[in-house]
Amino acid sequence: MSRRMRQRFEVLVVGGGPAGIAAAVRAAEAGRRVGIVDDNATLGGQIWRGESEAGSEASRWTERLRSSGASLLRGRIFYQPEPCVLLAEADDLVQELSYEKLILATGARERFLPFPGWTLPNVMGAGGLQAMVKCGLPMQGKRVVVAGTGPLLLAVAAYLSQHGAEIEMICEQASWTSLAWFSVALLAQPSKIFQGFQLKKELVGIKFSPNSWPVAASGRTTVESVTISRRGKLETIPCDYLACGFHLVPNIEVPVVLGCEIQDGCARVDDLQRTSVAEVFCAGEPTGIGGVELSLIEGEIAGLAAAGRIAEASSLFGKREKLRLFAKRLDRTFRLRSELTNLPQPETIVCRCEDVRYSHLRDHISWRAAKLQTRCGMGACQGRVCGPATQFLFKWNPDSVRPPIFPARIESLAGLTGDSKQELCETTGGR
Amino acid sequence: MSSPLTVTVNGAPIVVPSGATVAVAMVIAGKACRVSVGGEPRGPLCGMGICFECRVAINGQPHRPGCQILCEQGMDVRTDE
Repeated sequence: MSRRMRQRFEVLVVGGGPAGIAAAVRAAEAGRRVGIVDDNATLGGQIWRGESEAGSEASRWTERLRSSGASLLRGRIFYQPEPCVLLAEADDLVQELSYEKLILATGARERFLPFPGWTLPNVMGAGGLQAMVKCGLPMQGKRVVVAGTGPLLLAVAAYLSQHGAEIEMICEQASWTSLAWFSVALLAQPSKIFQGFQLKKELVGIKFSPNSWPVAASGRTTVESVTISRRGKLETIPCDYLACGFHLVPNIEVPVVLGCEIQDGCARVDDLQRTSVAEVFCAGEPTGIGGVELSLIEGEIAGLAAAGRIAEASSLFGKREKLRLFAKRLDRTFRLRSELTNLPQPETIVCRCEDVRYSHLRDHISWRAAKLQTRCGMGACQGRVCGPATQFLFKWNPDSVRPPIFPARIESLAGLTGDSKQELCETTGGR
Repeated sequence: MSSPLTVTVNGAPIVVPSGATVAVAMVIAGKACRVSVGGEPRGPLCGMGICFECRVAINGQPHRPGCQILCEQGMDVRTDE
């Protein structure tokens, strides 16, 4: 049986990345009783994971958070049993967190696209492999192909190279034309948003190829080579790892479950980062992919607004506006080319949880129909991987999120009252 | 950095750097974390607790997300092989 713990906060922040940290800091410094909950072993989110270098932006914010008086909690939000209460699970502990104001800073994940061989071990996300290396995976002498799209590819390649990997190639699906345009945009607004583009020194000698994408990964038990389409020709590159991600997707499951209005795949917010649900704010990537600087500003605004410091919050609007313009350009630059919809072969697995193949999906008319008839999106990840993929491949709209928001242990659900327990049992079938 | 530690993966000892997650231990061990519904070996994909491809049994608790749990000395990690 899980232990249970109850805590009350004036402001509860979900997510311990830059947006969440900035929000918690601002609200706590304004004198509010603040809790910040994250499901990872260390704070900082994906971008700042494991960064502790003194004087870095990450460590400055983390230090400020530690001295702000905010309570740091570990746990994964999985359910809302009643208004203004969320349940978080960590190991054998279930925390019941109640709040007056809620700030959702749930971050983003990578978009994965299926191609033959993408389910082989050691084919990982670009950010995925970086996260593994940050958590101790040795890279010395390992041959890595980095592929997909987005500024993250360059940052990842530089990071892996610093840690001893041999980067065989960076394959970026975007064209030179759109990338050139992006560099111009960067010059117009010198910014640390995507440090990838300022990592030239680390990237010297690494082959960077636009108009390129992976078409197949091969190997017996793990990946041994990847075949890429490069300016219209196929080329096979031997490697130990393929780090492959197609930019980012906002994590909007919690906002969706709480009933927040969603627009173009992002939580809709007003000037003060308020969602359509009273007392619920949202900041950072779930409101639109924009990078660390925009996340920080949005977090600050949300934290100040939740603490009632409206004038201070408003003074940051101008800065946020500039960063948002930049984010829009980013979106355009790394838009996925339509050729990528041809990557899966009939036998290619699209839903990794349930091993649903492309040929079983392509004739369905919607996400819901496919789910009902093939179990696509019904496994442990609850469609977080195949949802965005099928959205791109088939233009489906993954619809409602059903509780629990993440798979939770039966013991965690056991203490719930009759109604909520019934709702969960109907939707999960346990685990 | 403190000294490396040892965990067991399906009974075999694996040495990992301190601070390593269970998912990292699995890749160092060269072991698949799980076998898919259709019988394929699978390893970590997202590295951030989203995809659940790295789920393993840890100290007898099934279905734990390996990429979100740090290795501890003597930890018993098992896959469903």
